[in-house]
Amino acid sequence: MFIAPHLDYALLAPILIILGGALLGVGIEAFVRKNVRASLQLWVALLSVAASFTQLLRVRNHRSNLVAVDSFSFDGATVFMQGTILVLAFFALLLISDRGNFVAQASAIPGSEDEQSSIATGKSQSEVFPLTLFAISGMMLFPAASDLITLFVALEILSLPLYLMAGLSRRRRLLSQEAALKYFLLGAYSSAFFLFGGAFLYGYSGSLTLNGIAAAIAGSAGNDIFLLIGIVFLMVGLLFKIGAVPFHSWTPDVYQGAPTPITAFMAACTKVAAVGAMLRIFYVALAADQIQWRPIVTVISIITMLVGAIAAISQRDVKRTLAFSSIAHAGFLLIGIVALNQSGLKAALFYLVAYGFATLGAFAVVTLVRDSAGEVSDMNRWVGLGKKSPLIAGAFALFLLSFGGIPLTSGFIAKFSIFTAAYEGGNTTIVVFGVLTSAIALFFYLRVIVMLFFTEPKSDAVTVSIPSLKVTVVLAVSAIVTILLGVYPSLLLNSAQSFANLLR
Amino acid sequence: MSLITFLEVTPLVGGVLLYLLPKGNTTLIKQAAFLFSLITLGLSGWIAYKFQANSPGMQFVESHSWISNFGVRYAVGIDGLALVLILLTTILTPIVLLAGWNEAENGRWSMRTFYLLMLILESSMIAAFSATDVFLFYVIFEAMLVPVYLLIGGYGRGERAQAAMKFLLYSLFGGLLMLAAVIGIYIISTNQIGGTFDLAKLATLKIDSGTENLLFLGFFIAFAIKAPLWPFHTWLPGAAKSATPATSVLLLGVLDKVGTYGMIRFCMTLFPHATKTFTPVIIVLSIISILYGAFLAIGQRDINGLIAFTSISHFGFIVLGIFAMTSQGLSGATLYMVNHGFSTAALFLVAGWMVARRNSSQIEDFGGLQRVTPVMAWSFFIAGMSALALPGISSFVSEFLVLVGTFTRYPLAAILGTVGIVLAALYVLITVQRSLHGPITPGNEKLTDLNLRERIAIAPVIAVLILMGFFPKPVLNWINPSSHQSLQVAGYSDPLPKAGK
Repeated sequence: MFIAPHLDYALLAPILIILGGALLGVGIEAFVRKNVRASLQLWVALLSVAASFTQLLRVRNHRSNLVAVDSFSFDGATVFMQGTILVLAFFALLLISDRGNFVAQASAIPGSEDEQSSIATGKSQSEVFPLTLFAISGMMLFPAASDLITLFVALEILSLPLYLMAGLSRRRRLLSQEAALKYFLLGAYSSAFFLFGGAFLYGYSGSLTLNGIAAAIAGSAGNDIFLLIGIVFLMVGLLFKIGAVPFHSWTPDVYQGAPTPITAFMAACTKVAAVGAMLRIFYVALAADQIQWRPIVTVISIITMLVGAIAAISQRDVKRTLAFSSIAHAGFLLIGIVALNQSGLKAALFYLVAYGFATLGAFAVVTLVRDSAGEVSDMNRWVGLGKKSPLIAGAFALFLLSFGGIPLTSGFIAKFSIFTAAYEGGNTTIVVFGVLTSAIALFFYLRVIVMLFFTEPKSDAVTVSIPSLKVTVVLAVSAIVTILLGVYPSLLLNSAQSFANLLR
Repeated sequence: MSLITFLEVTPLVGGVLLYLLPKGNTTLIKQAAFLFSLITLGLSGWIAYKFQANSPGMQFVESHSWISNFGVRYAVGIDGLALVLILLTTILTPIVLLAGWNEAENGRWSMRTFYLLMLILESSMIAAFSATDVFLFYVIFEAMLVPVYLLIGGYGRGERAQAAMKFLLYSLFGGLLMLAAVIGIYIISTNQIGGTFDLAKLATLKIDSGTENLLFLGFFIAFAIKAPLWPFHTWLPGAAKSATPATSVLLLGVLDKVGTYGMIRFCMTLFPHATKTFTPVIIVLSIISILYGAFLAIGQRDINGLIAFTSISHFGFIVLGIFAMTSQGLSGATLYMVNHGFSTAALFLVAGWMVARRNSSQIEDFGGLQRVTPVMAWSFFIAGMSALALPGISSFVSEFLVLVGTFTRYPLAAILGTVGIVLAALYVLITVQRSLHGPITPGNEKLTDLNLRERIAIAPVIAVLILMGFFPKPVLNWINPSSHQSLQVAGYSDPLPKAGK
């Protein structure tokens, strides 16, 4: 006999609203005239994100892990991370809607007549908005999912649109398509690993839910080898998504090839979702088995920080530099997972917000630096930017300082709290390495700042296009958040504290 | 709100208000910045007047919650040690602004930015000396690097960008080590008394000795880089050569004192046992600094480089005095910080004027200045005499106290330190002879003497040098109670004189 599952729609509504918006967007693509599509899509997307956020606020104090038959936990961490994703996505959408970043017709072969004629029509792929909404819905589901199947579904929902969107860059089409293909192939592999790991965990525990797995580990029910294999393979899929070493090699290529607003969206929001899911899996399901996975994650975290920081030094491309910096930050975020305590969870939540805004801001600056052929991400041509447009260069420097963790920026408080959590968890080694890496990382952030402000501009220099209202808003908000969270972090720390709980 | 907060905020407000003035009117901007530094000076004078020299503990205390989740407070307060260093800051700032009236002209950015940075620097130095919350201190300790970095990199000379970068990287590296230690002590406090950064409460923690040593090193290395102590000094000569005179004065004269101040305020107070453990090593390092700085100073051809290396030597004396762990040594070291501030100010300012007039910073390019520009030459001479600690000039008192204080506990160190004094005579007198005396070097005949503004700027510095040489008592009255207190906290008492036995 089939019993209809009980679904708590009020708590699922934030995700459902986003999905509804995405479907509406697909309808618009099919039925609305070309010339109004783009602006209509933007409004639909922004309104769905805003509506979803409002609904989230209304239900923020509910706590239940029976929302959808044990496969969706609605707890503090879920609310906080969904909220973070929505806010970041809202500003990312503003960037995405800014003119001229996307290809006219993605299916046209680069350099072909088809492409020429599609450019001539002045079209642009406005499908990017529904795709973004689909990705957002997956991202919101990922950190909330509490069984392995839902996790996998969420992972796919968030990944598939991103693969497509990475290939939509208007300029340097080949690079963009290569990035999309690379991202897709490697992503598909990692998803397979994730699924494989899930199968082993099911084999070990006989349960798909995180709580079931936790119970199985506590009772040491099954074969420990299955458990270890399951954890490791599951980890491969997750580490790929956050871009941790040794599964990071896609990051620089994809960050460089993808249209910059998409890179910003990916870098900020995907990280929140993936770290959120990791936190839930490791804190809820695998906490009892920490003796096996904690050393592994510790080592991966250290290597990730080091590789990210060292490799960034030799980069000549701004987007690749930011990619390696995001790899280093993945390492720092893993510290929060290794800490395995309440402070670790709180610190990771704060870190994600601080990092997310600085990332959005940094990529927003990248979209502004152009020459006649479009965006310029070659760092040699950014030389002396501080002289020509001190405000934009100053904002970029601010975001870099925040990445570097200089006091009075949000990045400092983020690092401080995550180190504190690790110390509290008794893991001093990782703090020492974290501090060392911060020193290396600072070197390359400062090198960029020197290039912007202390070197004379060259003749083939770039221009900074006057930012549109949307980009200005993104830049201003990111800068304000970065400073405000540095000077008065209690604003966010208090709510991170009260939301830092996971239902078990 | 405590007066200290007012004192911190005044220069900051002034710096921001500069942006309301018309951009083109540079004279007005300079006058306004100077005025704000004078107001700050007046305010600090008022604080000094109200300060109760004999009551122990912190005064003008203020404390508000800042980041409640970590128990961080905005907590300020001053004792005698902090007071004299704050006075040093507030006296030197208007002097360097007046002395370096035209310094910002060939900078990378505008005049207003220069004065804004100067005033931010003043404000953050006052804040660093008055913070009694370790987290607050750390934040200021790191944040104040930014104005200095921009001042050197944006308004300096020569290889300014590289020098500024080197300074910043060294300091940030030290700062990160300190951050690790700050987090460490916070966690210990969380486990024992509930998370706090309050200096007085942290001093009561019981830390096991292995951890204490590590935490001590985290703080000490950061301070030793800032101070700078051999072998952490290599950023200093480059920074001193590239910075403008005004920046150099604030950097070496005041900002670097945050390092030695931190050793007293944080290393000794928080980690008394580790301080004891590391004292022999630190004494050796300070002796090496004294001798190394002096020898390299003798060999310098660049006048700013010379002053930088003499400073390394003098910082050796200060650190020696601190870690001698006697009340004379500590009081002497504190007094030395003040005297070194004024002495370096005089040297850098006069050297800066010499360099600006001659358009060269090589010592060999000067010569015979005594006859061409007597006032400038005499000023440099007196500044030089204070650097070699001639009796009757301020540095002598402090150097004497340091050596006496050291001798009672570490006779050999005191004797080796005395060699440093002999070497000091050598490097100062050689430089004085080459640049001031002898025949007039071709090209120097037309040099102009100090103008009225420059004379007004240097006069108070020289007055202080001489006055403090004869009558250091008022300042020592402020310093002595807090030195005793610091030693008491660290668990030391003065050794009895041996001659009585």
